[in-house]
Amino acid sequence: MIVCVAHNIISPLGSTSAENYAAVKSGMSALKKYDGLWGLPEPFVASLLDRNAYKDERYTIDEQIVIASISKALENTNIDTKSSKVLFILSTTKGNVFLLDKNENGYPQDRVRLGMMAREVTKHFGNPNEPIVVSNACISGVCAQIEAMRYLESGEYNYVIVCGVDVQSAFIVSGFQSFKALSPDECKPFDAHRCGLNLGDAAATIIYTKKDKVNDNEWVACRGAIRNDANHISGPSRVGEGSFRALRIALGDLNPEKLAFINAHGTATPYNDEMESIAIERAGLAGVPVNSLKGYYGHTMGAAGVLETIISMQAVNDHNILGTRGFETLGVTHPLDVSNQNRATEKRAFIKLLSGFGGCNAALLMAKGGLK
Amino acid sequence: MMKHSVIITPEHVLVDGNPLMHNEKGSALLTELYRNHIGDYPKFFKMDTLSKLGFIASELLLNIEGDRDFEPREDRAVIFFNRSASLQADTHYQSTIQDPEHFFPSPAAFVYTLPNIVTGEIAIRNKYFGETSFMVIDDYDEQIIMKNLKNAFQDPITKSIIGGWVECSDEEHFEAKIFLMEK
Repeated sequence: MIVCVAHNIISPLGSTSAENYAAVKSGMSALKKYDGLWGLPEPFVASLLDRNAYKDERYTIDEQIVIASISKALENTNIDTKSSKVLFILSTTKGNVFLLDKNENGYPQDRVRLGMMAREVTKHFGNPNEPIVVSNACISGVCAQIEAMRYLESGEYNYVIVCGVDVQSAFIVSGFQSFKALSPDECKPFDAHRCGLNLGDAAATIIYTKKDKVNDNEWVACRGAIRNDANHISGPSRVGEGSFRALRIALGDLNPEKLAFINAHGTATPYNDEMESIAIERAGLAGVPVNSLKGYYGHTMGAAGVLETIISMQAVNDHNILGTRGFETLGVTHPLDVSNQNRATEKRAFIKLLSGFGGCNAALLMAKGGLK
Repeated sequence: MMKHSVIITPEHVLVDGNPLMHNEKGSALLTELYRNHIGDYPKFFKMDTLSKLGFIASELLLNIEGDRDFEPREDRAVIFFNRSASLQADTHYQSTIQDPEHFFPSPAAFVYTLPNIVTGEIAIRNKYFGETSFMVIDDYDEQIIMKNLKNAFQDPITKSIIGGWVECSDEEHFEAKIFLMEK
């Protein structure tokens, strides 16, 4: 079984997983309105780290939060990152893309390549293996975990360190604005009045290993799948094809009643949330509570799949189904069980669901103590 | 098991190791290959260079496999690696926002600033509902790629993979080395 041995989140809501979970549980959000930032002509709402807090000139801000997040995740483990039996997998969509801006000259230009950024990280930890960077749009964070599970199953490595990261910039924000995908206010996942997403900064780390036996408190990554809509490169399938197929495999033969919740992508764009409602219903999961964390963090892109898996594990540990911040009235065709309030649960498993540009979708089943 | 392979560089095209005749080089080569071997998919002209390259390479690969019925299927994955991710599209998009006096970001340019779009283009063309994935390593490494693709067969449905290396740093510099692999 593939077991989570440590994790960390660095976000505007905190620098440990526990701080982040406590903030989310109490309903906090770092979403704020920015007007004129980075010279952008239109204002936007986002969850941003304080750029002034990252002053190490050797590393870009992305690299600094990746290194900090992995270091904190490693703190209470005895993992030797210099070992060839440890693999690093980074999950990011845009990495150091801000280096393409002609006014940026503080770093070597080749660090705009994701593989070079990843090498800076493995060099820092003295790891001899070539790092793998998963860059699969918004589903990267779940894909990276599925890759980790496969590498561990194949027996080649003892530990896989998965870190997801993205830091917002004029490049990303202007692109989403050109798509008219950003909400002018705080996002409203699954709500009748939702009108777009917010973006966010974060780095999040999960370390996995393989074990023959697990105890009741250990988190097991049971199974996951990546599926394509085969429909459109920038819009989700109208029938939720890829998400439905990914969900079906992640669920497998598990009774849906064992699921505490589905932690959806829930970006709060009209199309995404509608598509997820269709996919969830098609997969026979309409009775399972659904939540989205985008109202707390915005869409953290390459970090989202890792960050949201960690928050969801902690919620189950705390017997809690987190409320969907920003949600008021259901605004999707299929009757999903969404609430803006925290709710109690004694169930021990959840599914993390994501979808992204390129028609890609991913689902991952996590179960505390494994599947009995 | 490797069934078929296609290699495309700005100067050469090899299909299962045999040179394919062509007159053009660089970006014009991709257009020539489209006109001579595909021709019925005008979406090609909207694609960035990375997507054009991966699309053409996959078409040549699937033409040798033959029997193209375009029936929906879930048992085939598309998994690519490269070095520069979507650098050509990124550089192009950056040029549309660099100058505040000429600030014209467009969704058509932005969507290609994700390297996995090429895997989506191939899935759409062929109605593949299977796994699509894109990964980046800083140097071509056949061992890393082959091990990763072998791992991808752990998926309960995947029986074959269009996989390999699809690299493009700008419109005139690219390299595809892809193959069709069966479980």
